[in-house]
Amino acid sequence: MTTAVLFDNVSRYFGAVRAVDRVNLDIAEGEFFAMLGPSGSGKTTCLRLMAGFDQPTGGHIEIFGETAEGVPPYRRSVNTVFQDYALFPHLSILDNVAYGLMVKGAGREERRKAAEDALAMVKLPGYGTRRPGQLSGGQRQRVALARALVNKPKVLLLDEPLGALDLKLREQMQEELKSLQKSLGITFIFVTHDQGEALSMADRIAVFNEGQIQQLGSPEEVYNQPKTRFVADFVGSSNVLSTKLCQRLGLKAAFASLRPEAIVLAAPSNGALSLAGTVAGQSFLGATNRVVVDVDGARIAVASPAAHVVPAIGSPVTISFAARDLHPMEDA
Amino acid sequence: MTIVAESIILPERRGTAGRLSDFFWRHPRVLLAVLLGPPLLWLGVVYLGSLFALLLQSFFSIDDFSGLINYEFTLATYRQLLSETNLDIIIRTVTMAAVVTLVSALIAFPIAYYAARYARGKWKVLFYLGVMLPLWSSYLVKIYAWKLILAKEGILTWFFEKLNLLWLLDAWLALPVVGGNSLSVSYTGTFIVFVYVWMPFMILPIQAALERVPSNLIEASSDLGGTPAQTFRHVLFPLALPGIVAGSIFTFSLTLGDYIIPQIIGSSRLFIGQAVYAQQGTAGNIPLAAAFTVVPIVIMGIYLWMANRMGAFDAL
Repeated sequence: MTTAVLFDNVSRYFGAVRAVDRVNLDIAEGEFFAMLGPSGSGKTTCLRLMAGFDQPTGGHIEIFGETAEGVPPYRRSVNTVFQDYALFPHLSILDNVAYGLMVKGAGREERRKAAEDALAMVKLPGYGTRRPGQLSGGQRQRVALARALVNKPKVLLLDEPLGALDLKLREQMQEELKSLQKSLGITFIFVTHDQGEALSMADRIAVFNEGQIQQLGSPEEVYNQPKTRFVADFVGSSNVLSTKLCQRLGLKAAFASLRPEAIVLAAPSNGALSLAGTVAGQSFLGATNRVVVDVDGARIAVASPAAHVVPAIGSPVTISFAARDLHPMEDA
Repeated sequence: MTIVAESIILPERRGTAGRLSDFFWRHPRVLLAVLLGPPLLWLGVVYLGSLFALLLQSFFSIDDFSGLINYEFTLATYRQLLSETNLDIIIRTVTMAAVVTLVSALIAFPIAYYAARYARGKWKVLFYLGVMLPLWSSYLVKIYAWKLILAKEGILTWFFEKLNLLWLLDAWLALPVVGGNSLSVSYTGTFIVFVYVWMPFMILPIQAALERVPSNLIEASSDLGGTPAQTFRHVLFPLALPGIVAGSIFTFSLTLGDYIIPQIIGSSRLFIGQAVYAQQGTAGNIPLAAAFTVVPIVIMGIYLWMANRMGAFDAL
C-alpha cells in the first residue's frame, strides 16, 4: 500500500512550547485517519504541517513520497476543510467552489460545470448564485467540502469540520463524509476532539496529548485496549484501576483499564471477577444509567442498561466483569 | 446576607432619573430619537441646508457692471465655469487629486498591511503614533516646514548633492509640467506635500479593512492553489477595497478642496480651492464660487457610483 503522508520524527516548537513533539505517522492512501485529542494537544498543528501553513522545527515530512518541507501550500495537492469553513464572503457559492480551478487557469465553462457537479455531490444543487452569508452553518460546511473536493486532491484535511453543527446534523454529516470517502477513495485526515466522531468514522485513530501520539490503532484497539491512562480517560472515559485493586484481582500490571459497559451490577457468574462496594451516585443518560460505585475509596463507573433497576445510593452492591475486559496499561 | 431583597420584583425606583430610565427601557425608540435628534437636526438644517443654499447660488449670475447678484435662474455661471481658464483649473486639480490618491494608496497599502497582519503590542502602538503624530502639529507649520525642505537651498537639494545625484534632480526639474525652478515651486513639490499631509487618512481606513480580513481566508486561497499574487488579486484586494475607497474619498476630496498647499508650495497656477477662495473673496463672485464647489461634489458622486458598480462595497 502506498504511503500518503509520512511524519518522521516531526517536531514543531513555538518558542519553549512543544506543540508537536517527535511525532511519527504513516498514513496509507485511501485511509480515513483521525487525529484525536484535547485542545492544545498538537493535532491541529500536525494538520497545518501537512497543509503547508506551518513548517516543522525538526524531522521530515513526505506526501506521496515527496519531501514536503519548504513546499508552499499552493504547490501541494492537499486541500483543507477549515474549522470555520473560511468561505470567501465576497464571492458567490459557485465562485467559491470554482476558486481552486480558477487560480489554476481552467476555462470559465469548465469551472462552472465542475463546481456545479461538486455542489450536486454535497447535495446543494442550484445554490451557486447565493452568497456564503445567506447559507446556514450546515450548508456552508458542505460548500467548504465541495470547494476542497473540486480540486481532486490526493489528501483531504478536515479540521474539526463538524464542530459548529448541532448534534443531529453532525451525525448525518458523519455518515455522509464516510460514504463520500469510500466512493472517492481519497485519503481523509480528520482532526477532532470528539471521541465518538473519531470512533465512528475513522479506519485508524491517533490519540494526541501534549504534542505526542499516545496511541495509534484501530477504533476498537484504542477503545478497548487503551495503552495509557490518558487514552483510557479521554476515549470513552474508562475506569482506571489502581495498583491496589489490580493486586486484589490478581493482576501483575500497575494499572488497568475497565470499560463502564463491561461491568454488571450483579454477583459474578462462572469465571468472572468481582468487587464489593456501595452505590455512590447515579445519573440517567437515556439508553443507560451511569452508576458510580465506591470500592474502598476508588470510584468505578458502571454503565447499566436503563431497563435494570439501580440500587439506592448507599446500598451495598457487587460489581462483576469478565477477566478479558480488564486491560493492563503501560504507564500511569 | 441582609443585602438580598425580600421580594422577587424590586419596587419602582423613585425620583425623576429612576422613572426616566424605566421609561426609556420600555421605549427604546424614544431613547434613540432623543440621542440622534439634535445631531441630525444640526446636520440636516445647518449643514445640508447651507450647502443647498450654496448650490442654489450657482444658478444665479453676477451683473458684470454693478457686481450685484442677479437672483434669476440661469445657467450662465456654468457656462462661465466651462470657459477655457476655469476648465484648466478643474483639469489641473482633478489630475493632481487622482495622482495623489493613487500614489497614497500605493504607499499606504504595505504600511497598513504590516500594521494589520504583523504588528503586535508595542509595534502596534508605535504604528498608531507614527501615523497620527503628523496630525497633532499645525497644518501650516508642516507645510512651511516642507517649503524649507523642498527649497533650492533646502535639505533635499543638499542631500542629492551629497549623493552626487544633483543631475537627477536637475533633470527632473527640467521636465515640462512637473518641473520648475526648484521643487518648492513645482507641481512635484505640491504633489509630495499633498501625499504627505493626507497619508494618515489613507492608511487608517485600509488598515481597518485589512484588520477585518480573517487570516484563514488567506490560507484558504493558498490551500486551493492560489499563488501569493493571485491571493492578493482575488481575496485580499477585493476585501480591502472598501477601505481603499474610503481612504481615497478622503485624499481625493481633501485635495480637490484644499487651497493652502498649492498656494504656498507650487507654481502660481490656481487649483479649485484657490479659485473658490478668490471668487467668493476678492472677486465677490459668489455664483461662480458656488459653481466651482459643485465640481468636487459631482466628481465624488461619479466616483462613488463607479466604485459601487465595480463591487467595492459588496464585502460590506
